[in-house]
Amino acid sequence: MKFKILLIVLILLCFTSCKDEKFTLSKIEGKLIPVTDSLEIDPAFDSIIKPYRDRLNEDMNTVLSYAPETYSKSNGAFNTAIGNLMADIIFEQSKGVFKSRTNFELDGVILNHGGIRSIISKGDITTKTAFEIMPFENSIVVVALKGRQIDSMMQYLARFKRAHPIQGFKLSIDQEYNIVASSVNGKAIDTAKTYYVATNDYLVTGGDNMRFFADNEGEYPLDYKIRNALIDYFKKVDTINPIIDDRFIQI
Amino acid sequence: MKRRHFIQQSVAATTLVTLGGFGLQSFNAAPRVKQITILHTNDVHSHIDAFGPEDGRNANQGGVARRASLIESIRKETPNTLLLDAGDIFQGTPYFNYYGGELEFRLMSKLKYDAATIGNHDFDNGVDGLYAQLPHAKFDFISANYDFKNTVLDTHVKPYKVFKKDGLKIGIFGLGIALDGLVDRKMSKETEYLDPIEMSQEMTRRLKTEEQCDLIICLSHLGYHYKNLPDRISDLNLAKATKDIDLIIGGHTHTFLPKPTVAQNKEGKNVLVNQVGCYGINLGRIDFYFDNDKNKTANGTSIIV
Repeated sequence: MKFKILLIVLILLCFTSCKDEKFTLSKIEGKLIPVTDSLEIDPAFDSIIKPYRDRLNEDMNTVLSYAPETYSKSNGAFNTAIGNLMADIIFEQSKGVFKSRTNFELDGVILNHGGIRSIISKGDITTKTAFEIMPFENSIVVVALKGRQIDSMMQYLARFKRAHPIQGFKLSIDQEYNIVASSVNGKAIDTAKTYYVATNDYLVTGGDNMRFFADNEGEYPLDYKIRNALIDYFKKVDTINPIIDDRFIQI
Repeated sequence: MKRRHFIQQSVAATTLVTLGGFGLQSFNAAPRVKQITILHTNDVHSHIDAFGPEDGRNANQGGVARRASLIESIRKETPNTLLLDAGDIFQGTPYFNYYGGELEFRLMSKLKYDAATIGNHDFDNGVDGLYAQLPHAKFDFISANYDFKNTVLDTHVKPYKVFKKDGLKIGIFGLGIALDGLVDRKMSKETEYLDPIEMSQEMTRRLKTEEQCDLIICLSHLGYHYKNLPDRISDLNLAKATKDIDLIIGGHTHTFLPKPTVAQNKEGKNVLVNQVGCYGINLGRIDFYFDNDKNKTANGTSIIV
């Protein structure tokens, strides 16, 4: 019995002394540590990575085509060689699939200038090049637009003054950025006609302020990734030869 | 009878030893310092390998295998360490396109990450893509303002987690960025975005009052600050609008802070806000020192950055 009382007293004492032992935040130190090449490579980690890296490099280093020059999206005012190449590739790679699925003819392409994520360097074009230009998983969607929406698209291009890649369309603007002339495949835009325009799924949902896509006559996802279209095209073509042309110009 | 007597005696002996132990602490008041170390990354974006020597901006920097040896050396020196990531683990190199995040999670598990929050790019393969990789992650995902109850991630993401280190309780909650305009609905599906300030108030109340945490950390992917949209919710605005948060570890804006920012919360108390750029080229380190010496702690908390 004596022991029991002693035990209870001791336990109570324990709790009170625990409570008394209060730790308070007294000091904080913060710093940034750069991860540099002076740090050792942990071999246990490297051996986990290696098989993944080897498999990847096998694909990434596969030579698909050849670039005679270096092409950058900053080279050109309202149209660039690399942008024209991309729009042309999307047209080329999409038109057959679209026609066979819907029986409609593809009229043109619009992409966004910001969507060109890298340059194409002079020399071999590899799978890695395609991943650098297009690291995202976006896919091609064909959108049916009435002629008046094509007009809105032209207004958009003139207003934003950027070299958004286009194909099938022609646009000239004056020094005040007013539209001087616009056409689809060499013909004036027919406001009542339905045109079929390939783009990427990011832009259809209003990306880069392309709101003219919202009021459309139908969307046809091709389930074909932009990057895969680039890869498939590079495989077919021995040497690329993109140029700056007159599809979107200021006069 | 004899056996009973023996047990009673040994109980008494044990308790006396305990008394001795406590006596020493409570009466002699030996000053003791507890150190909690927080290590953190953000926006690593699938950068498994270091940048190559020819890279224009980050040549020879980063790389998981180097980060591993750095973290290991810090853990040896300070055992009470927590390793955290503020989101956007996914997307940025073909490792993600090829393996869907499997390698990122496997390596983070081996690095012994304790928790991560979810960035907008972690939805790049949809909630299903993130869910599919969860078996490779031996750490917890925390987010207090993404409600996943109508998605496959239901029950797999917790609003907060409490860690116990050296007798101290560290409460960590996660916050994600508004999904509209950043993440396609096809990817985020029924994920619901809740107000970060309201959820922070709820989290700090729970962690401070109910869980009695000694330290509260917010793991955020809201972004540091938006110069052109100064009123948009960001880590700096969150710090100002809340209380009881000791540290906000941020991401999303790839902000490279040479040292943590000391902000003031709505009670005028200091909150540390930190973010270490992106691509695993830096590791953030914050050390918290706790003291039982009343004379010392009466002077408040000193911040050395």
